[in-house]
Amino acid sequence: MDPQSLRYTDTHEWVALEGDVATVGISKFAVEQLSDLTMIELPAVGTHLTAGKTCGEIESVKSVGDLYAPLDGEVTEVNTRVADNLQLLSDDPFGAGWLIKMKVSDPSAVAKLMDHSAYERKIADEAH
Amino acid sequence: MPVQYTSIVDEHEAVRGRVGLFDISHMGRLTFDGPGVLDWLERLTTNQVSRLADGQIQYSLMTNDRGGVIDDILVYRQPFAYLVVCNASNRLPVVARLEAGRGKADGRMQDRTLDTAMIAVQGPRAIETLQPLFDQPLAPVKYYHLTTGRLLGRIDAIASRTGYTGEDGFELIVAKDSAVSVWEALLDSGRAHGIAPCGLGARDTLRLEAAMPLYGHELGEETDPFSAGLGWAVKLDKGEFAGRDVLVGRKAAPPLTRIGLALGGKRIARQGSLVLSGQREIGLVTSGTFSPTLQQSIAMAMVAPGSAPIDAEIAVDVRGHRESARVVKLPFYKRTASATAT
Repeated sequence: MDPQSLRYTDTHEWVALEGDVATVGISKFAVEQLSDLTMIELPAVGTHLTAGKTCGEIESVKSVGDLYAPLDGEVTEVNTRVADNLQLLSDDPFGAGWLIKMKVSDPSAVAKLMDHSAYERKIADEAH
Repeated sequence: MPVQYTSIVDEHEAVRGRVGLFDISHMGRLTFDGPGVLDWLERLTTNQVSRLADGQIQYSLMTNDRGGVIDDILVYRQPFAYLVVCNASNRLPVVARLEAGRGKADGRMQDRTLDTAMIAVQGPRAIETLQPLFDQPLAPVKYYHLTTGRLLGRIDAIASRTGYTGEDGFELIVAKDSAVSVWEALLDSGRAHGIAPCGLGARDTLRLEAAMPLYGHELGEETDPFSAGLGWAVKLDKGEFAGRDVLVGRKAAPPLTRIGLALGGKRIARQGSLVLSGQREIGLVTSGTFSPTLQQSIAMAMVAPGSAPIDAEIAVDVRGHRESARVVKLPFYKRTASATAT
């Protein structure tokens, strides 16, 4: 995925929307902040997600963080390869390290998420 | 000191396998001199200062009148002087306690924290890294002993064979203005040995594998040394000292026991997680991490005595998930013995 074309949440999830299917992951910035990942727990296929509600867990040596649903919808696919090999997420958070795909109830809601430049400004603030 | 320079795990592995460098200047450094100093320190610490030989260092505790721990410290004996190294966050309470407990002691305490720096060189290649820069032989310096000498031919330094990592290594104390030169010279000297600058994150994973207590986790004003597994640093028969009367009772019946846990899952049981035996709550996790050496989630906990014997299968509530855990012997990691270790 090209990070420039993605939408982002306040909680560092990224979303790539094609039709009504969203691919969701977490940003390179979030992965770098966590560093040394130790565990990830993702929702099961079929789980109904509510935007802004927690739907998984990501843990590193340093800290533990929740994964938040970026949009309302239902999980259609889970990247089980990442759960087995967290290196995929560390190495390629915008590509092979994607986490879930979901069927989105209202695709227009994606417009409420940040675009790349807004997200870049936000993480520049956080890094300070 | 940052949490990490590169990655906690990379820095951790550098110390276990090669050598790591830590800026620990935040630690408190207090010097004592004068004829009454031995008695003064003896009355406010739990270990026996009078057992120290010249050039020797002792792990000790300062306890309050309720037998709780004000801080864990190192006491260095040098000719005509003692040096106390304490935790950064406890420096002011420690200084206040020492001042208040001076009594009639003829002696002087100086807080040298701000005009000195402290750098730890830790790992199997620590001695090879440090020796070329230091004008006194380091190999004969035994564990928990010190020597004085010069770094780079011009910088006076105390080098102690101590550390907080479970590896061989040294801690250096130099004047503040020399700190950057010494740090850079050590990085240069250690390059051939694979040196890595290390942060607070690796310091925590390293000390936890070695089961060394951390103030605010295994130690605090409401925790007595016997519950924390540090009874060996309390010499009840040395004479009167702060907290002694209470500690006699704690030794006979410590309210808690410090244990080690190896978790079955990958979740990390962090401080405050509830420890369960069946459905019974037996205590709390004090520190937890992912052990890079064991590739496993590990934790230390303080539990009711007798409730969690070695090899018992118990559980920890980690954010609502019941995670299985086995009680294991501490430390989780012990380096293979070297000629200098005691």
